Amino acid sequence: MTATRTSTSAGTEGAPHVASAAPAPTSGGAPQVVSGGAVRLRGVSKAYGRGPAVLDTVDLDVAPGSFVCLLGASGCGKSTLLSLVAGLERPTVGTVEVPSSGAALMFQESALFPWLTAAGNLDLALKLRGVPRRERPAEVERLLDLVRLTGAGGKRVHELSGGMRQRVALARALGQQRSVLLMDEPFAALDAITRDVLHSELERIWRETGTTVVFVTHNVREAVRLGERVLLMSSRPGRIVREWAVDASGSRRIEDAAVAALSIEITDHLREEIRRHAR
Amino acid sequence: MPAEPSAGTSGAGSTAVAATSDKRPTIGDGGLEAGLDVLSTEPVAEPGLSTRWRKRLLPPLVALVLVVVVWQLVVLAGVQPRYVLPSPLDVWYTIKERIADGSLPTAVLTSIERGGVGFVAAVLIGTPLGLLVARVRPVRTAVGPLISGLQVLPSVAWVPAAILWFGLSDATAYFVILMGAVPSIINGLVSGVDQVPPLFPRVGAVLGASRWALVRHVILPAALPGYLAGLRQGWAFSWRSLMAAEIIAIGGEMGFGLGALLQQGRDLSDMQVVMVAILAILAVGIAVELCVFAPIERGVLARRGLARAS
Repeated sequence: MTATRTSTSAGTEGAPHVASAAPAPTSGGAPQVVSGGAVRLRGVSKAYGRGPAVLDTVDLDVAPGSFVCLLGASGCGKSTLLSLVAGLERPTVGTVEVPSSGAALMFQESALFPWLTAAGNLDLALKLRGVPRRERPAEVERLLDLVRLTGAGGKRVHELSGGMRQRVALARALGQQRSVLLMDEPFAALDAITRDVLHSELERIWRETGTTVVFVTHNVREAVRLGERVLLMSSRPGRIVREWAVDASGSRRIEDAAVAALSIEITDHLREEIRRHAR
Repeated sequence: MPAEPSAGTSGAGSTAVAATSDKRPTIGDGGLEAGLDVLSTEPVAEPGLSTRWRKRLLPPLVALVLVVVVWQLVVLAGVQPRYVLPSPLDVWYTIKERIADGSLPTAVLTSIERGGVGFVAAVLIGTPLGLLVARVRPVRTAVGPLISGLQVLPSVAWVPAAILWFGLSDATAYFVILMGAVPSIINGLVSGVDQVPPLFPRVGAVLGASRWALVRHVILPAALPGYLAGLRQGWAFSWRSLMAAEIIAIGGEMGFGLGALLQQGRDLSDMQVVMVAILAILAVGIAVELCVFAPIERGVLARRGLARAS
């Protein structure tokens, strides 16, 4: 089941609704059925007012249950792309298709509400999702367990460390029960040790829940450590210029030689992208 | 799982990284995280009772004693005759006298009741109006300057008009209180809403909040510190406006409040009664501040980690 957000000014083949269970575009000759948590962008451009395009004809297919990392320098429109998928903004041209349940979005700062406890933040997310009051406490406990914060529900936001806050924010996003999870540099503000631990946690939770993850970062190693696919975006305007596939079947660590080797290759491309702007 | 090439890639070669699949302990075991959590959160020590007394109660007591001592010294210096400038002890005797004959408690209770009822009414009126002004752009453009103007206008200026409209009745007092307090409460709420970080409404939208749920669960709680500051100022304006009304509008059904007591002292040229009334007005103001607003504000800020509870 897919819902479509179509911009009013989209002059191209603008069918306002896409039929449910629409067949996916044939990729590599093997047809797939779009289900659950697929995200599809077609010819998406975004400009603010009369300003230059932030995103320029972006096409993107994210398979259900996959983990995609978007990588790029400042001004590549990574965050704008997530806002479009989350439905916070509309594309100037093109179509964005997301599952009918929509997408959960996790921000760089924890963005927890400071007047609530950790459990209160989770409870509010469930309440806004429409979960009945009776069922919420058990669900809050389950979410806290999921991010290994059992017993920390009564803590106020300011009593939590940066890593704990991001885990609560992750639990809150998971509590929305959307099949797509968008993450906007969620670990950028954390120290290296905590970030390593959260990488493992996110990987574990991704495998347990089968959620589709679109993860935006400017950290190449993080992208290679986490993603099944790493997409490199150019800046001003933002376009997807290259893609790498990563074998995510085994266990990866950020220190692995294979991760380092691919990171070096991607970093070279990223630097080349940045250099183009000096001319 | 094989990754499918996106349609947007322009001739990108796909490189695969073979991850090492030997069994290694994963980083994200519970113990490591629990250790990090303990290390990165520091316990806060509660201050003891004696420290609290020394730091919070002692300084104002010392200041109070100093004021009384200076007052007594000025009286002893004989700058003014005793009937114009009574000593602290003279005033103390007058207070006891006025408590004994019941006129001081009556005046205090009359004024507090009126001020309290008027303030609650101002909150009930000012809060929805404030929300409307803060959230609806055209309303704000239209009445924003007017409300700021009303906040500057001394509410004593409304007393003559109120007497002409409502006569010497409680309605006069309440009208003046409302004109004093409502603009402050509206402005407090508006500035509270303005200071809500833009991230919070975005989070609310991502969580699927409706327009009303966003206001109820995100905007209002986030704006609470500014709103409380507005309420505090609103109370101050209520109390001042009420005193002005009580001094000017005497008789009729107005009853006998602290303002009336003050005016009585003036009419009888009894400086001791005047001092008693002023001290009573001051005492009520301080008591409301210490017993109502300060604890609420401290609680709200401490819960958000904005000020350490002490």
